[in-house]
Amino acid sequence: MKFTLSWLKSHLETDASLDRITDTLTQIGLELEGVENAGAALASFRVAHVIEAVQHPNADRLRVCKVDAGDGILSVVCGAPNARTGMKAVFASAGTVIPVSGDVLKVGEIRGVKSAGMLLSAREMNLGDDHSGIIELPADAPVGMSYADYAGLNDPVIEIGVTPNRGDCFSVRGVARDLAAAGLGVLKPFQPVSIPPVFDGGPHWAIAFPEACPWIIGRTIRGLKNSPSPKWLQDRLTFIGLRPINALVDVTNFFTFDLGRPLHVFDVAKLSGDTLTLRRGAGETMRALNGKDYVVDAEDCAICDAAGVQSIAGVIGGEATGCDETTTTVFVECALFDPIRIARTGRRHQLVSDARQRFERGLDPALMPDAIQAATALILELCGGEPGPVTQAGAEPAWQRDATMRFERIASFGGSDIPADEAVGSLERLGFTVRNRDADAVTVAVPSWRNDVAAVITLDQSPLLDPAKAAKAAEGCAAIEAENDLIEEVLRLRGLDAVPSVSLPRESPVPATTLTPRQQRTAVARRTLAAGGLMECVTFSFMARAEAEKFGAAPDALRLSNPIAADLDQLRPTPLATLALAAKRNAARGYSDVALFEVGPAFAVDAPDGQKLVASGVRTGQTPRGWLVPQRPVDAMDAKADLWALLTAVGVSLEALQVTTDGPSFLHPGRSGMVRQGPKTVMGYFGEIHPRVLAALDLPGPMVMFELNLDAVAEPKRRKKSTPDLPAFQPVRRDFAFIVDNAVAAENVIRAARGSERALITGVVLFDVYEGERMPEGKKSLGVEVTFQPRERTLTDPEIEAACQKVVAAVAKATGAILR
Amino acid sequence: MNDDLEALKSSTDAALAEAGDLRAWDAVRIAVLGRSGSLTSMLRDLGKTPPELRKDRGAALNRLKDALNTAIERRKIQLEDAALDVRLLSERIDPTLPPRPRETGLIHPIARTMEEIAAIFGAMGCTVVDGPDVESDWFNFGALNIPGHHPARADHDTFYLPPRDGGAPPVLRTHTSPGQIRTMLSQEPPIRVLVTGRTYRADHDATHSPMFHQCEGLVIDRGITLGHLKGCLIDFLRTFFAISDLPVRFRSSYFPFTEPSMEVDIGWNRKTGELGRGGDWLEILGSGMVHPRVLANCGIDPREWQGFAFGMGVERITMLKHGMADLRPFYESDVRWLKHYGFNPLSPTMLHEGL
Repeated sequence: MKFTLSWLKSHLETDASLDRITDTLTQIGLELEGVENAGAALASFRVAHVIEAVQHPNADRLRVCKVDAGDGILSVVCGAPNARTGMKAVFASAGTVIPVSGDVLKVGEIRGVKSAGMLLSAREMNLGDDHSGIIELPADAPVGMSYADYAGLNDPVIEIGVTPNRGDCFSVRGVARDLAAAGLGVLKPFQPVSIPPVFDGGPHWAIAFPEACPWIIGRTIRGLKNSPSPKWLQDRLTFIGLRPINALVDVTNFFTFDLGRPLHVFDVAKLSGDTLTLRRGAGETMRALNGKDYVVDAEDCAICDAAGVQSIAGVIGGEATGCDETTTTVFVECALFDPIRIARTGRRHQLVSDARQRFERGLDPALMPDAIQAATALILELCGGEPGPVTQAGAEPAWQRDATMRFERIASFGGSDIPADEAVGSLERLGFTVRNRDADAVTVAVPSWRNDVAAVITLDQSPLLDPAKAAKAAEGCAAIEAENDLIEEVLRLRGLDAVPSVSLPRESPVPATTLTPRQQRTAVARRTLAAGGLMECVTFSFMARAEAEKFGAAPDALRLSNPIAADLDQLRPTPLATLALAAKRNAARGYSDVALFEVGPAFAVDAPDGQKLVASGVRTGQTPRGWLVPQRPVDAMDAKADLWALLTAVGVSLEALQVTTDGPSFLHPGRSGMVRQGPKTVMGYFGEIHPRVLAALDLPGPMVMFELNLDAVAEPKRRKKSTPDLPAFQPVRRDFAFIVDNAVAAENVIRAARGSERALITGVVLFDVYEGERMPEGKKSLGVEVTFQPRERTLTDPEIEAACQKVVAAVAKATGAILR
Repeated sequence: MNDDLEALKSSTDAALAEAGDLRAWDAVRIAVLGRSGSLTSMLRDLGKTPPELRKDRGAALNRLKDALNTAIERRKIQLEDAALDVRLLSERIDPTLPPRPRETGLIHPIARTMEEIAAIFGAMGCTVVDGPDVESDWFNFGALNIPGHHPARADHDTFYLPPRDGGAPPVLRTHTSPGQIRTMLSQEPPIRVLVTGRTYRADHDATHSPMFHQCEGLVIDRGITLGHLKGCLIDFLRTFFAISDLPVRFRSSYFPFTEPSMEVDIGWNRKTGELGRGGDWLEILGSGMVHPRVLANCGIDPREWQGFAFGMGVERITMLKHGMADLRPFYESDVRWLKHYGFNPLSPTMLHEGL
């Protein structure tokens, strides 16, 4: 919402400075968005008298002028065809910055004649497009005066943001009222004189859609002349960025901003019949004043004459009945429309207009009769003519309501010690009238323009609530909401900065744990992976559907209806998908050896709430290069090591896990593993990416990845740790080499060895896998080290030998292994 | 009579001096102290000494034995030291060589900020709650007093998913406020919670990302006033930015889910970006007293309970705290940027260690 300082002062009697006004606006919730003063750039331009203009001796198109701008007569060379002796013009001396170009004017010599400055066109001052000649001022323009002052350009334009609850401040008068209430001056009275009709007749209203329009009034004015508006009105509009059109249209725009009261004008000569009906649209097409066609449907309120739809109520008028310079009889519309319907219609047609903006926030219903009188007076003043009767349909809806505030609540809710008198004074300056007041409370009547205070309460309570609880809460809301509205007004006008700050009282000397076990797990996972050499990333939750499909399901239910870009339309099935693409971007920058991880949501229709929290990681390229350890490509075991470290860190016992070979489809079928806890729970997986996915997405290889479903990790049991096992005797270690079929899982060998003598064997480590030439076809050799832990006494050689035999026998039984 | 003893001492000293390595030294030792060594045979022959001389001779032999032992051991140490000196001359590494590479990763600045937020509000007694990214229309809008026609909805640039079971289409949450609703429905007041997480709005330019992070606070109790809201936020902002006198300004504003509502600004210098001084104001978060309709929608009687809520952009405060100019690299996963702005995972956020 824009207005000029002088416009504001037409409603507000104040001597406050511009800075004080703008600071106060921000403080009371009418946030300042900008102040511009077009006059500031023209500060050194002055009104000048061209004493003489003669032909330049050396140039056909130039004139040499003697110019008086208030301090001596200067020589100026001018190329404008209209430069002539005796005229008044705008002069800029050397050193001035020319607004249109930003150039600094210099004293120069043009074809042998000295030029001490410049006479300016409108375009050179950024005041319009006219460059046909220099600006010509009236003869009485005072020589030497600042041109900006003379032309009234020193009028700062103030722009504020109006919040959705303050429809009343979409008007200069509303802003003035708030500033006055905040102590910045006095609101000037607004009392339009009632102008009696001098003839009878003209169009009248019929409401066939009362839900959309409870009340509408109109007035015909005939015999007028619709010319361009006078300068003061054009200035009002151009300063705030509106284009003057003609007097009648300008009057409607003026009141839209001045009073926040949109009006519409119909050219009566273009109307068919004398009834304007408000009804539901019926699929008709209307060409609007913006030149575009709109099809109105049954949810739109259309204003129709005998020929059809002539206006979309509250949003935009029709071109066919618009006013132009030929208009001699006008019908002025001043209506009250349902805000919700206006909002819906506007949104459906994607039409943003100053009228819609105001209607959808709700208008002052009581202002309508005054507004039509004010509009009549201005039209008569600008266009002449004679007024007909005010005609109306529907009736003023009951808007009157009271609100009560207990003074004690200003402190116990608002935290402020504003005295009762000051609080009541603030409300009165805002237009509330006191109905009743005692020591404890005040009851006020809410002014017609404040539809945000003590409004009709609409709740949207959870259907799962206990009915008695829900009813009590609703009753509480009804009892307290209007009071809160008033407290807000009182606090706002004094400024929220004035409310003393109080630190939150402590509930206990030492606060309880901030994070849930799941959140703690998440933090540990993050730190573990970062400590393990991976960089944490945050990637988008959405990605291209075609790419998401490569990483599992891309169901329609998780596809955005209105993606911001075609490649961000599908919720990701796993962060691995977006991490793989992140690795690709890094490779494109020349960093192909990266290790990335993310802790974030993976979306799946069948998960609770449609998502699970996972920790995922990707490694690509080679291990770090160094002179001591040879560089090698990353492989599936790197990913498994990450996953194993992660599982250990979040408290999952590796002993209880099984690894199966049925990894997800986007992993290499032979180089991946699914990690399970029991038959049902999948904890995660790891492996090399499937070569097809790698190729399809043009990803950098080799690429390995892992994922842990943090939601699958069991809640930690709050249990004391068992006593540690600290035998007094040294363990004995023996190495074995087993030859097994290639298909035998190493895990089976390890488990069999471990299980052969449970009490004695405390560790089995696999240290070698050999599948080379010295092995029979289809066989491999697995080297394991078994740790025997004596507890009662040192083991004798025969005892160790016997235990070793048990290991061999158990492994042979479980896997068919023979000792090498 | 003890000439033979002195002769043994001097011959042994000479032999030890001549022994150039441990092997030669050992030969000397065996020749003197060994089973058939010179001293050993003298001791053995002591019995043949006439009884009247035996005592003196025995004492002299013992003295000689001590002297020889000492001389032999001293020579051994000398030889060992010399041998080590020689070995050390040949054992050399280039200490400027790089060690075996051991890579450490880093924590993303967003995660770090979220931890800091949790630590500070945790000290004020808040617990952190999570909520889903895909929300129903009611949780994201309806319960928060934003009905379907409300102009505030248009400001939210909501992402929608296909409707299920004929209801209103699910949305990607446009703010973390649904977390407030979930909390009020699942626990009885008093409430002190913090909701952090991903949020989404259909907006993409230099200062807006279609996905970003928010942190939301909700405090409900019997005597909570707007003064507490101000105190809580001032305490947070000054701790978070580590500026004990950071100017904080409160302005009236409007949100459908709070009343009174206020925007919160902090003091800074627009030209240099320095926080805390400079005379300019920077909008940093939105807040207000929880609207009675929101309480009632969740079954809480606003006559009995009242409190405040606030929400802030995690990226925004992260950028301000660390002087980061651009929002987009947060989601780009550029390892060069991550290395520059990432945090050591072994320095978790703890108030006692400093944030």
